[in-house]
Amino acid sequence: MIEVFKKNRVFAVYSAAVIFILFVAIFAPYLAPQDPFDGNMRNVLQPPSAEHLLGTDKLGRDTLSRIIAGTQVSLFMTICLVILLAIVGSTVGITSGYFGGKVEMILMRLADMMLAFPGVVLAIAIAGILGGSVVNTILALLIVGWAKYARLVRSLVIKLRNNDFIIAAQVNGTKTINILWRHILPNILPMVVITGAMDIGTMMMEIAGLSFLGFGAQPPTPEWGLMLNEGRQYIQTAPWLMIYPGAAIFIVVATFNLWGDSLRDVLDPRQQ
Amino acid sequence: MNRLANRLLQMLVTLVGVSFLTFCLTYLAPGDPAAMLLESADTIVSEEILQKTREELGLDKPFLVQYGNWAAGLLQGDMGMSYSAKKPVVEKLSEGFVGTILLAFVTVIFVLIISIPLGIWSAVRQNEWPDYLVRFFSFIGVSMPNFWLGLILLYIFGLKLGWFPIASSTITAKGVILPAVTLAIYQSTKYVRQVRTVILDELHQDYVIGARARGLSESAILFKHVLPNAVLPLITLLGMSIGWLLGGVAVIEIVFSWPGMGNMAVRAIMMRDYPLIEGFVLWIAVVYMMINFLVDVSYSYLDPKLRKGEQR
Repeated sequence: MIEVFKKNRVFAVYSAAVIFILFVAIFAPYLAPQDPFDGNMRNVLQPPSAEHLLGTDKLGRDTLSRIIAGTQVSLFMTICLVILLAIVGSTVGITSGYFGGKVEMILMRLADMMLAFPGVVLAIAIAGILGGSVVNTILALLIVGWAKYARLVRSLVIKLRNNDFIIAAQVNGTKTINILWRHILPNILPMVVITGAMDIGTMMMEIAGLSFLGFGAQPPTPEWGLMLNEGRQYIQTAPWLMIYPGAAIFIVVATFNLWGDSLRDVLDPRQQ
Repeated sequence: MNRLANRLLQMLVTLVGVSFLTFCLTYLAPGDPAAMLLESADTIVSEEILQKTREELGLDKPFLVQYGNWAAGLLQGDMGMSYSAKKPVVEKLSEGFVGTILLAFVTVIFVLIISIPLGIWSAVRQNEWPDYLVRFFSFIGVSMPNFWLGLILLYIFGLKLGWFPIASSTITAKGVILPAVTLAIYQSTKYVRQVRTVILDELHQDYVIGARARGLSESAILFKHVLPNAVLPLITLLGMSIGWLLGGVAVIEIVFSWPGMGNMAVRAIMMRDYPLIEGFVLWIAVVYMMINFLVDVSYSYLDPKLRKGEQR
């Protein structure tokens, strides 16, 4: 592991930044200077000061504490979503790529259908109709996003399927489930991980976008998109409420985008 | 011709699938459509009338029959009644469409103005400071949530400088500028990279070396040879972003209170106006696929290589 970092300085730097963000997310309750839920009506819409570094919101809650707590919410939602996308996409992709036939045709037609349509619109409709909540946001983006992963995995599996080592395993009478688990999966995993890592930033933005519209996390959850939505009404009197949560999204998304790109360079040197 | 027919068939399948999916969702969603259609703020409707309305609307029929009826109505251009506006869905959609198409049109013009020159500049001076600068800004733009960018522009140019209205509930020439600029910056960060890649690809072709060997000036090579060849892929990419824009970019329309389809759709979802949501999603599907289809057709029309392939 240390070898990898020594060889790839850039990757090491971005990884350190990502680990820092993860650290903030995990220890958010201890790092936040004040309780992110505890308002104080005498301290409503205060500008940034020594006591409240990034000001307070309409209920007198400390913005900095809410942004720190929001790291946990946003990151948790995004990572859940990306892992689910990878699992669902890989399962569909392996099934259709390895077995082929009617199953493949139906699954791939479904995938084509999802890809032939602007996903965000459908995600808004699904999340909105199901009702805004953390789970429904993830579900909506999962329904919209799995097809890309399924297509990728299927194409990888089709390339692998006719390799000698797979045929040898089949001739030896290896159980199908073992072929899939021990021979196919390890070979497709790097590409799935790269795609997932590069998607973290995008997914985080889409989650924030849905919350901004009111179809994601609900108050009083300290979610960045939701905080922007709440802060929007006070753009004139309390601009810090819309500047800082957006800056948080921007910094974290940019870090994950840089990290995803460098991870691709490390894991897949062919693409350099 | 066969290929086109195939595409059309595939589009039809997608349309049926998307409409079915949305219909399923609204069917499963909570709330009684009959009550929502009849009840307004403070009236209470008796159970008998509700029951009668349900029968009239066919809401007491099995799910597949309801879907069949709705789809049959669609073919006659009838998408049902909007619950919230008490107007036909088609009428509501066409109201929002004016705003959205204007916004999309202005945005595309800005996108072209920003990204074509920058993309060419960055490709011609590859791995020099203009290239790094353009790539840096493009990276920043990709990582920036566009609704945040919109809010910041609104704060600076709307509130502080007062150059533009902060909310435009009606369509005005001044009101379209800020949302269009926001969308154009966001779109350009992607488009500029694509322009750069396309131009770079062309610059590495043999004919460019040939032209240089013949002693043509760099600008003549660029404008007379490289650009005409780069037009086709750029049209495709632009077509895709137009599809995206016509989808009604809900978030930006909400930020600027722009009266477009996205804004309308978000309100429809909040009011649980299911017929309007269904109509909207279906409309997006149609527009998006039509544009992809047109791009495809124009491609085989504009590219002589593909034209020959068709005749064979």
